[in-house]
Amino acid sequence: MSQLPILPLLPLLFGAVLAVLAGLWRPVAAQVVAVAATGLALVFSVAGLLAVVPDGRITYEMGGWPPPIGIEYVLDPLSAFMVTIVALIGLLICIYPVDAAFDLSPPKGAPLYPLALLLLTGLTGVMLSGDLFHLFVMLEIYAIATYGLVSLGGDRGAFAALRYLLLGTVGSGLYLLGVGFLYFSTGTLNMADMAATLPAISDNPAVLGAMGLIVIGLALKMALFPLHIWLPDAHSFSPPGVAALLAAVQVKAAAYALVRILYDVLGPAYLDTGGLPVSDALVWFGLAGVIVGSVLAIRQIDIKRMLAYSTVAQLGYIGVGIGLATPLALIGALLHVLNHALMKSGLFLVAGGIIQRTHLKEIPRFAGLGKRMPWTMAGFALAALSMVGIPPLAGFWSKFYLVWGAVEVGNWVVAVVIALSSLLTLVYFLRLFEQIFVREPQEAVVDEATEPSGRVVATVWVLGIAIVLVGLFTATLVGEVIAPIADRMLG
Amino acid sequence: MIELLEGRYVYLLVLVLLAIGLYGVLVKTNLVKKVIGLTIYSTAIYLFFIEGSVVEGGTAPVILDGNSDPSLYVDPVPHLLILTAIVVGVGVVGVALALLVRLYRIHGTFDESVIAERLSGREPGPVDPDDPDAVARGEHA
Repeated sequence: MSQLPILPLLPLLFGAVLAVLAGLWRPVAAQVVAVAATGLALVFSVAGLLAVVPDGRITYEMGGWPPPIGIEYVLDPLSAFMVTIVALIGLLICIYPVDAAFDLSPPKGAPLYPLALLLLTGLTGVMLSGDLFHLFVMLEIYAIATYGLVSLGGDRGAFAALRYLLLGTVGSGLYLLGVGFLYFSTGTLNMADMAATLPAISDNPAVLGAMGLIVIGLALKMALFPLHIWLPDAHSFSPPGVAALLAAVQVKAAAYALVRILYDVLGPAYLDTGGLPVSDALVWFGLAGVIVGSVLAIRQIDIKRMLAYSTVAQLGYIGVGIGLATPLALIGALLHVLNHALMKSGLFLVAGGIIQRTHLKEIPRFAGLGKRMPWTMAGFALAALSMVGIPPLAGFWSKFYLVWGAVEVGNWVVAVVIALSSLLTLVYFLRLFEQIFVREPQEAVVDEATEPSGRVVATVWVLGIAIVLVGLFTATLVGEVIAPIADRMLG
Repeated sequence: MIELLEGRYVYLLVLVLLAIGLYGVLVKTNLVKKVIGLTIYSTAIYLFFIEGSVVEGGTAPVILDGNSDPSLYVDPVPHLLILTAIVVGVGVVGVALALLVRLYRIHGTFDESVIAERLSGREPGPVDPDDPDAVARGEHA
């Protein structure tokens, strides 16, 4: 099965082309193609994950050109773990009904599913690529698909997409410059080859410059505070299904690239003694992002905007976990990538369901929704409680590992801030809980509202059950999959 | 400092172009000028790669007379990368121009602050015919 590294990508790529053709015939056919493509991608990525866990590595040479000349696709536990998350969330978004995912009536003939599949293709490519320049191309493929998807959110969406395009391209330009420095220092673009060459030239200032450029570029793509300014607009003005995709998996691709390049290509040696305080910067900016994102989320009226600022805060946790550079903290960061994908896409899908039935976006007008949409809101409660970090739900465990990792290296500030930030998260979800579950319906639209369509409830519940299962079986997941990754990267 | 730059003045040009491009993207309020800044910024990166591949006195990388000494040939890989990056860049600029056309049709201006003010909801603006939400709410200019 040496084709496994390329297999998750192919159905998505060809599905994108097929979905264009199918959409010309019948809009619903495009969705069927998208579900089939993402379902196939999920099957292949799970097969890939099972094949490489706990310590395997399968490579695939594109076009038969052996590395370092050719482009290499690498499936190892980290990339298989990430690709599985992408395929799972992608499948659920494609099953989610089109009127809720892309607002009530998307512009006629808009290529919704081709763009969504292209986005997933780019993300999968980033995660599987073993070549730094190929990673850049995939970064731009998913970015271009994202600009198109964000612009589906009407006038504001188009403006947010343009602003995101300007900043996103600056970010990938910085990454490309960094890759240029690395190429001219080592003469190779292949990650494994470069990792073997770099320790010999560890005093080369060009490599340090490259590290700085790549970290800043990817932090911009990942929306790490203070480079998050494009995220709230792009995530809150895009349609709910798009916002779920972006928050759950799109920003994680850059986080993955950061982990891969910092730990696998450059190696821990650069992180500790390289002369650039990259890991400290990630920790402190991540912490600042946690606080600022949570405080701004408390102030928001619009539910999607609140979730977008909450994403800024949650990405801060991932930044902290990457920066602490201990196995426990990295386990926390990777676990949070999974947990945040499940929780935040669930919350955005609930928001999409509310908008589908009531057209309401403002939290103060949600009063009494819990009595009209009990199933959807039960799923919402699961995801929200997990965000706050109530054990034994999944969200508790990633924070637990982060705090444990921080205590292990004696960084008490991180431990205290992460623990206290749960309170901030509680504050902004308590407002929602009060409106939804405690108050009586006040608005006529709420009073007449019914449960959203069956597929909305089903997808929300799949995510809710996944949150519970991940929470209950965290020990197995960490022991079998995530701990070996962290040990290999930092061992 | 002067010795460092001797023979590398192209890198200085790259730096200047990067700065001009970033200035355009971050400071200008006209959205078209921002996109122009973006293309200048990308071009600077392309130049950086091309300059890095130069070998003094080198020729095109076609092996002649069985002589495969790398110091005789220009490094072809950066050329290949930049060809790809230019294609990617054209795609990005194409999307940016499409979005600009759409914004200009609705607002009749490229001024970022004017559009942002209108979209913030504090001042009623024209309705986007493509935005079903706005049409449903019955907003009018």
